[in-house]
Amino acid sequence: MADIKPIIEFKNVSLDYQDNRVLHNIDLEIEQGKFYTLLGPSGSGKSTILSLISGKNSPSEGDVLIDGKIVNELPANKREVNTVFQNYNLFPNMNVYENVAYGPKLKKLPAKKIDQLVKDMLSLVRLSDFEQNEITELSGGQQQRVAIARALANEPKVLLLDEPLSALDYKLRKEMQYELREIQQRLGITFIFVTHDQEEALAMSDWIFVMQNGRIEQSGTPVDIYDEPINHFVADFIGEANIIEGIMKEDYLVSFVGKEFKNVDAGMKPNERVEIVIRPEDLDIVAPSKGKLQVTIDDQSFRGDFYEITAIDDAGNEWSIQETNPAKIGQRRGLKFDPEDIHIMRFNETEEDFDSRLESYEGEE
Amino acid sequence: MKKSSLTYYISYILWLLLFVILPLVLLLLQALTNQQGNFTLDNFLNYLSSGTYLRMTLNSIFYAFLITLITLIISYPMAYFLTQLKNHQFWMLLVILPTWINLLLKAYAFIGLLSQNGTINSTLSFFGIVPYQLLFTNESFLLVSSYIEIPFMILPIYNSLIEIDSNLIQASQDLGANTWQTIKNVIFPLSLNGVRTGIQVVFIPSLSLFMITRLIGGNRVITLGTAIEEHFLTTQNWHMGSTIGVVLVIAMLVTTYFTREGNKKGRKK
Repeated sequence: MADIKPIIEFKNVSLDYQDNRVLHNIDLEIEQGKFYTLLGPSGSGKSTILSLISGKNSPSEGDVLIDGKIVNELPANKREVNTVFQNYNLFPNMNVYENVAYGPKLKKLPAKKIDQLVKDMLSLVRLSDFEQNEITELSGGQQQRVAIARALANEPKVLLLDEPLSALDYKLRKEMQYELREIQQRLGITFIFVTHDQEEALAMSDWIFVMQNGRIEQSGTPVDIYDEPINHFVADFIGEANIIEGIMKEDYLVSFVGKEFKNVDAGMKPNERVEIVIRPEDLDIVAPSKGKLQVTIDDQSFRGDFYEITAIDDAGNEWSIQETNPAKIGQRRGLKFDPEDIHIMRFNETEEDFDSRLESYEGEE
Repeated sequence: MKKSSLTYYISYILWLLLFVILPLVLLLLQALTNQQGNFTLDNFLNYLSSGTYLRMTLNSIFYAFLITLITLIISYPMAYFLTQLKNHQFWMLLVILPTWINLLLKAYAFIGLLSQNGTINSTLSFFGIVPYQLLFTNESFLLVSSYIEIPFMILPIYNSLIEIDSNLIQASQDLGANTWQTIKNVIFPLSLNGVRTGIQVVFIPSLSLFMITRLIGGNRVITLGTAIEEHFLTTQNWHMGSTIGVVLVIAMLVTTYFTREGNKKGRKK
């Protein structure tokens, strides 16, 4: 992995906006041909990172590199990256064909090549029959596809997508997630996708950067981030999580709710205060005597493919459980989980320390 | 509910009847009758067969065209520049401000500037340059008319430029366009409605300017406006004056037709 030259690189990049630091010391590397997602709540700085790549903003500190060259001050129109905007930003004075042909025409490509490109891109987004339509005649989903075709017709090295699906309804969004992923894999272009929707991020990405307050909290594959969140914020933001405080007695032994449990994490100080994450789908409701924890069922709601059950343990902690079978409210039940289902998070651990600690004890086994 | 909406309409309907329909009908009646009050087409035949009237009409169109062109060339870049400023609403107000001053006063101010002993000539003579005849020339007529019309051209263009979504400009740059290409391909086409309105608002009144033709142009430029004024006030031939008025109304309709919002479907591919 180390020999692949990154196509985009951030070296200690910070950005100030009117005396406010909106990005703090960002380091990241983007490789050719992968689907990246910048995930975070609004105001976390994810779109700001895009604006530094697209050339809309210049970093206050640090360097942005494209293809190994520093491009801090290079204007947007000179960069080989294109953007699919949240509101599509299609030109209302042009029809579908003219919108898609906009970039290639500016590059003064031969007319035949432009025509071929436009037709290819429109067929890629399945809008071949809409060449001569006006933008106002299209639905939101179709406009979104034109925006994608328009950006791709410029043959960018990297395609930036700034919350492109957020204006679509749920079903269409699902469809477009699938389509975008397919387009990315077919063309082999790097996609950098910005979203606040963790489900979207997990479903589409090869690699996720989780952001908060202008910092990258954690980066990794969707599975890594879901299974091994680095801190409370990431665990809470990605998927549903039961997070409670506990004490790491020694390696592979944690205590919470007044009981001790075997687990698979190590590398902490003895008796260190930690946070414990257990995903709702990893919890099973069993008979009280068979459970590792005893709880009282407090509430439940039907979610279609599962029941979301809330239960309270003897120490007063609330547990969220996903079960295919309903439970009875007020009933005394047990909760069962495996040592692998317990994930331990240290307070204020940096991503570097987190990675090296994981490596140290996973190597031992 | 129907009653209350009727009361809203009534003022508009009254205005329409009294100040638009009725004057037009009277104008047409005057134009289609002779001094004896008999119905006749003579006025129109007279207009069409007389070289003087046709020359006047062409003159009017020619000068109105020049005035419109000059104001457009000055106003578009100016409006674009204004939209780029930080407090553009304030600067726009300064452009609008002169329109609040009476036209006649502005014309007299220009006489003070341009006359033989006016500010410009006395400044020139201070440097030993012989006074020029500035007033009562075609150029001074164009200068003053354009000066007066510029705010009316800038305002609609400025409004249409302000309405353009700045994200579209960002998208254009993102796709590789430089500033000039963005102006040409995105900003200008999207501001065309403002340009059309500006042309209508400037060209049509310019066809019938008569105060400036007299005070600044020294009646050397005879436009349809001057002709109407002479017929009504000097020769007292209301019928011929009305005929020229009808011609002006037709000219307005034609101008409006040609500057209407483009039929999107019929646009070139």
